[in-house]
Amino acid sequence: MIKENENLERIAKEIMRPVGLSKNFILWMSFLGVILAASLVAYAIQLQNGLTVTGMRDYVSWGMYIANFVFFVATSLVGMLITSVLGLTGISWIKPIGRIAEIIAVAFAAVAGLVIVSDMGRPDRLINVFMYGRIQSPIIWDVTVVITYLTLSTLLYFLPLIPDLAIAKTRMDHCPVWLQKLYEILSVKWGHTTEQYKIMLKSVRILMVVIVPTAFAIHTVTSWLFASTLRVGWDSTIFGPYFLTGAFVAGSAAVVIAMYVFRSSYKLEKYITAFHFDKMGKLLVLTMLVYLYFNINEYLVPAYKMKAADAKHLHELFVGSHAFLFWSVQLCGLIIPIILLIFKPFRKPVPMLILSIVILIGAWFKRLIIVVPTMEEPFLPKQHVPHEFMVYTPTVIESMITIGTIVMAIMIISILSKLFPVIPIWEMAEEAENESEHKLNE
Amino acid sequence: MSELINTTPTRDAGEGKQPVDRRDFLKKAGIVSAAGAVGAAAVYSGWNFQQKKPNHNMVTVRTPDNKLIEVPRDSIKTFKPILSELQKRGREGLKGKRWVMVIDLAKCRNARKCIQGCQTAHHLRPNQYHINTLTMQATENTPAYFMPKPCQHCDNPPCVSVCPVNATFKRQDGIVLIDNERCIGCRFCMAACPYSARIFNWEEPLQDNGYQEKIVAYEKALAAGDEATIDKLKYEVEYNVELNVPQKKGTVSKCLFSADRLREGKLPYCVSSCPNGVYWYGDQNEDSVTNGTTKETTRLTTLLEEKGAFQLMPELGTKPRVYYLPPKDRQFKFEDDRKPEGEA
Repeated sequence: MIKENENLERIAKEIMRPVGLSKNFILWMSFLGVILAASLVAYAIQLQNGLTVTGMRDYVSWGMYIANFVFFVATSLVGMLITSVLGLTGISWIKPIGRIAEIIAVAFAAVAGLVIVSDMGRPDRLINVFMYGRIQSPIIWDVTVVITYLTLSTLLYFLPLIPDLAIAKTRMDHCPVWLQKLYEILSVKWGHTTEQYKIMLKSVRILMVVIVPTAFAIHTVTSWLFASTLRVGWDSTIFGPYFLTGAFVAGSAAVVIAMYVFRSSYKLEKYITAFHFDKMGKLLVLTMLVYLYFNINEYLVPAYKMKAADAKHLHELFVGSHAFLFWSVQLCGLIIPIILLIFKPFRKPVPMLILSIVILIGAWFKRLIIVVPTMEEPFLPKQHVPHEFMVYTPTVIESMITIGTIVMAIMIISILSKLFPVIPIWEMAEEAENESEHKLNE
Repeated sequence: MSELINTTPTRDAGEGKQPVDRRDFLKKAGIVSAAGAVGAAAVYSGWNFQQKKPNHNMVTVRTPDNKLIEVPRDSIKTFKPILSELQKRGREGLKGKRWVMVIDLAKCRNARKCIQGCQTAHHLRPNQYHINTLTMQATENTPAYFMPKPCQHCDNPPCVSVCPVNATFKRQDGIVLIDNERCIGCRFCMAACPYSARIFNWEEPLQDNGYQEKIVAYEKALAAGDEATIDKLKYEVEYNVELNVPQKKGTVSKCLFSADRLREGKLPYCVSSCPNGVYWYGDQNEDSVTNGTTKETTRLTTLLEEKGAFQLMPELGTKPRVYYLPPKDRQFKFEDDRKPEGEA
């Protein structure tokens, strides 16, 4: 229950301060808008000329777009990890960052759908997926679970936001009128009654449970887009958990970056503290260790046996044309951050920010290194085709389109975090209340 | 008047005086009544005919559920069922057939005529292969040989399993085809195919000039209602799923075992283009295959047994419909045409 007192007053004021349209926000959105416009032009060129404007050809028929899709689905998984896995186990330090994780989940899951459309040769026939969908195709499974996950994540973001909207709507004189009206509508006549809280908390709890298998499904199915083929490097039984654990690394890094940005630009140091960074640092180490374990399994086992086709593939990765990228990703994106984050000084906000950026970039390239080298090594030799068919070299157009999708996700995150409180006011007030009661008892 | 009558030299004049005898009367009466009956019958049947005769403003047509109905003539428009008709028969395939190809590696000299024949028929660019001849060498000390590689038309096709929209399908006669009116261009089938048999139309596909002219002529005939020309051209210009022509940008394409030629009772384009007798093609149900060069027909099972046939990567469980005869007792010297990687 929320009590109207000076605690709530103070917390609501502090968290609502950055909400609204500031000059800097409009500048930031315009900056993103310009990049997005450029990437839309690139997409128009692709629609006009076909996928020939990309670096993909008949052998490497999947490239950056598919890698980017996997990255998006992966990153969105962090919502489930933090809100559900940690939330259900009763870990309380996630309270101020739970909503950030959900914002990232919603943004990345929403854009993932667009990323996959950017890869389609005939986006005009997208409707065929719904008209002629065949249940044995992993793509249909993927479409189904991504839509489900997006819906559940949106609900998990929105339901706990309702009490905040009700608290905030009387405290937003600094905001434009339309935003006040929006709050009025979205707060659905919330009256802070015990009954309402009971229903909301129960619904959230059900969602938290249901979203766990859904999240497992979306990334497992995404991994099956590869593992269900006979290709060397993809034909693996551990692809599901391998992708899933990798997803938690990428998502946690994204949350740390968002935490840092919101904390410094929205002046929320009081709520997102060094303590939270320290905890997130430990969570990152844990997820990265698990992911490292799966990496060792995925590469070391075939490397020990060196079956002819595997040997060729691994040779390209370990010492061949992809060696630089492979080792950069493994070292900078995994091994070095693990070692550094074990030490407390590196779990302070600024080193955490830097390491998380490196981890997240590494996570993106890791997906590329899963997709491309396998496609470059088919079973039968590549002959009588030009050089561009043999090796994959991304073009400016496809890079631009990919950047556009990332910008789109950042825009969604920016809008959600700027128009609505990024930290749950009612949970913070509740906590402050408990603390003061605790003090009185002492 | 009477003079006139009297002077009229008629045979009857003399006879007229005689009384009409009974026999004659009966004869005449018989003729008159017969004529009357015939006339009445004619009038009746004419009226009847008038009743039954089709109305010139109406046309009788048979509906798909076998009912005859009349529709006003002026409401009839030329119907173009050709595309769906082609797609329907293209998905069904040829009844009772199980097509099979046998490739004799001992005969292949890499003439690449099969590739040319195929690329011309399917409007492909020089870099687009429905069939490609590869230089193979399993290990360092085993001999190199040329291996034509079409789609294997697997009986357990991984490409068909993964297709999200049923654009690629397996027919009753064993052929795997693609409907490029349905394909969404996700390229999952290309990733799933272990034989790299599939290609994608990355850019606007090639169309030869003859084809363009045919389309123009066809459209003219459609506008003019020239039935003869329409009938002649319709199967050549409408999208034929058995030929995959016209190719479409943003869709996948691959070897079709020349399903259009099989329907006409001919051998596939590659098979009949080969100058070296590499290809045998036929129906597994009949247990006979015909050589595309020599036109010799033989028992499939005997050929496979005598030459020790094998299949490409059978361990993957794809169950190909293409058999290879080993490159044994070659009558020519193998010349490696492999260029350094990266040259077409």
